[in-house]
Amino acid sequence: MNKRSRRKVLIFAVVFGVAIATVLGLTAFEENLLYFYSPTQVKAGEAPQTHSFRVGGLVVDGSVKRAPDSLMVQFDVTDNTETMTVEYTGILPDLFREGQGIVAMGSFAAGGNFVADEVLAKHDENYMPPEVADALKAAEKAAKAKAVENQTGKI
Amino acid sequence: MIPELGHFALIIAFAISIVQSVVPLIGAAKNNTSLISIARPAALSQLLFVGLAYAALTHAFIVHDFSVLYVSQHSNLVQPLMYRISGVWGSHEGSLLLWSLILSLWTVAVAVYSRNLPEILMARVLAVMAMISTGFLSFMLFTSNPFERIFPTPLDGSELNPLLQDPGLIIHPPLLYMGYVGFSVAFAFAVAALLGGKLDATWARWSRPWTTIAWSFLTIGIALGSWWAYNELGWGGWWFWDPVENASFMPWLVGTALIHSLASTEKRGVFKSWTVLLAILAFSLSLLGTFIVRSGVLVSVHAFATDPARGVFILAFLVVVIGGSLALYAWRSATVVSFGRFQWFSRESALLLNNIIFLTAATAVFVGTMYPLVVDAFGVGKISVGRPYFDTMFSLVAVPLLLLLGIGPAVRWKGDSWARISKVLSFFFVGSLLLGLLIPFLIEDKLNITTGLGLAGALWVALTTFKDLFLRLSRGLKFPLSYLGMVLAHFGVAVFVAGVTITTTYNVEKDLRMVPGSSYNIAGYEFRFQGTRKIKGENYIADEAVIEVWSDGEKTGDLFPQKRVYSGKGNPMTDASIDKTLFRDLYAALGEELENGAWSMRVYYKPLIRWIWLGALFMTFGGVLAVSDRRYRQTAKQKINEKFSAADSPA
Repeated sequence: MNKRSRRKVLIFAVVFGVAIATVLGLTAFEENLLYFYSPTQVKAGEAPQTHSFRVGGLVVDGSVKRAPDSLMVQFDVTDNTETMTVEYTGILPDLFREGQGIVAMGSFAAGGNFVADEVLAKHDENYMPPEVADALKAAEKAAKAKAVENQTGKI
Repeated sequence: MIPELGHFALIIAFAISIVQSVVPLIGAAKNNTSLISIARPAALSQLLFVGLAYAALTHAFIVHDFSVLYVSQHSNLVQPLMYRISGVWGSHEGSLLLWSLILSLWTVAVAVYSRNLPEILMARVLAVMAMISTGFLSFMLFTSNPFERIFPTPLDGSELNPLLQDPGLIIHPPLLYMGYVGFSVAFAFAVAALLGGKLDATWARWSRPWTTIAWSFLTIGIALGSWWAYNELGWGGWWFWDPVENASFMPWLVGTALIHSLASTEKRGVFKSWTVLLAILAFSLSLLGTFIVRSGVLVSVHAFATDPARGVFILAFLVVVIGGSLALYAWRSATVVSFGRFQWFSRESALLLNNIIFLTAATAVFVGTMYPLVVDAFGVGKISVGRPYFDTMFSLVAVPLLLLLGIGPAVRWKGDSWARISKVLSFFFVGSLLLGLLIPFLIEDKLNITTGLGLAGALWVALTTFKDLFLRLSRGLKFPLSYLGMVLAHFGVAVFVAGVTITTTYNVEKDLRMVPGSSYNIAGYEFRFQGTRKIKGENYIADEAVIEVWSDGEKTGDLFPQKRVYSGKGNPMTDASIDKTLFRDLYAALGEELENGAWSMRVYYKPLIRWIWLGALFMTFGGVLAVSDRRYRQTAKQKINEKFSAADSPA
């Protein structure tokens, strides 16, 4: 090979490498995108049935139940409109408390339960995960709109 | 009174920074020496006043002046002195002040060590740095004043987030900021060169040590952050691809590309405009990093405070700095011409390839970090990018990078022959590949390709790096300190890769439910849970578990993980206990108390995890060694000698 064609091979190799990296990168990106859903959206069936996603809301008071002999724990998460149950096995974060805003990442198991791989509570007790805050606001707005609808319906 | 003085000092510093960013530039344009000479004293006095402001805030923390809002939010009467001093940079306002202080320090360092720089270039560099300072000081004064008073004065303050009460966190932010802000020097040099249209090998020689030392600070800063997260967050991981970690990692990746590209520019006069672009990019990402960490736009463990009102200012500042410098680049970069020629197989090409790889990595991180923000900003949905994406991307990038790392330093400048290189290195290539694949086979009795390849990569880098060193030693060749720095840093990469590979493959993590008297066995270590006791610390009370660790019928140590409750807001916090050796860590963290004295507990076995930080330490010291090279100071002496000889010789 002369110099010119060797240079062409090199340039081709670099372009090819970058192209491969881009394709693999985009695939990995696509596969690992996690969408956030509020309990209302989950109840409405908007959340994926097989894929992982994140759900967030407030932990319902008195809903935390522990298994007696393992680290399995169940609790309810609410956006004040709808409520769903989350199942998790492992150690909960320090700031996990009833009434606290949390985000859980996981997917639906075969039995139809939402099983979390990870539960996040923030490091500041005044801090509300922004997704949860937005979900609560959206739920409140929807409830108000419904109330107005009902009233106007009565009139 | 003192907080007002601090506030006043900030205002004066702000005024000085405006003068320093305008006057020397006019002087440089008109070639007016008296205007140019304002730059140095301005830099010094700016440091003085920012320093005063900083001292005033620290004083308020030390004497518990809760009438200052920031102090009352981040300290209380029982907070230890150490954490009152570090509390200054525990949150948004104070960390901005620290940023400004460090920027003034760097500016003065440039002013002091640039005696032999052409005066006009020096004036421009200091002016650009003053512009950045103006931005930060006005941000602080107009949106985030750390000296704001609160009335009525609370009797006691709230507290510094317990997570931040850790020795690691005392030094992590200052070191990280030294790195971030240090890139402002490279940035200022680049902008100054664009303004002047003069960019030669001397320029690269000047900006190189500043860039390398900033990079070293950033490296150690990130490593400390990782070490802190491992110790303190109680999850036992060393990197989470958390957006805030990514924010510090992006400038590091581009900075690494920059120090390599600067090498080409200094030695061979090539890639000049590319180097300038990288300098702009590295600092822009530092700015982006600083702001997204503290502004609360990111959902992250670091998002302690949120204030969208600051967002507009931040965005405007970023647009001015990044947009302005890029526009200047587009306008002026044509004046910067590279003249060096090189063949396709040469050191120059290898360094270019290094740049491509590092920028690919930086782009991958950028997309993964910023895409969710953009999607959210347009109200399309709330998404996040999972860790596997980043892991996949980095394993992909690691392969060509490690291959190149073995070959690049052996290739000669201008041009080399592939036959020569393959003759020298093919033995090492095959050797490290076989050895790398053999190690996991010896450990687990079966072939493990990914682990084997990771170890082969580490071996390949280590062997080729040292082969070159021994070759030079055996031939009695002299080599500069900067070469030794490179060897150390590259060896650090090998150590790091070995650590990551082994830890990822062979770590054992268990979440357990344990009652006193029970025991659990992982990786040949028996964890015996003896029970818990109450402990009282300076500003917390804790449940402390006593865990004996036994191996081969002998007791090898004790672990005392704690669950603390801090007196301020009653926040619980996990304090992990780690038995550390160079080859493995044993890690225990307490979860929560269950019924009948049982506790949920987390026990880990982490082989070679120390190597991750050890590798980063080697890289850091490699950078320090490189900067200590005589040649960067030689130019200073030579210049002076030249001046004298010119003065001596009769005209």
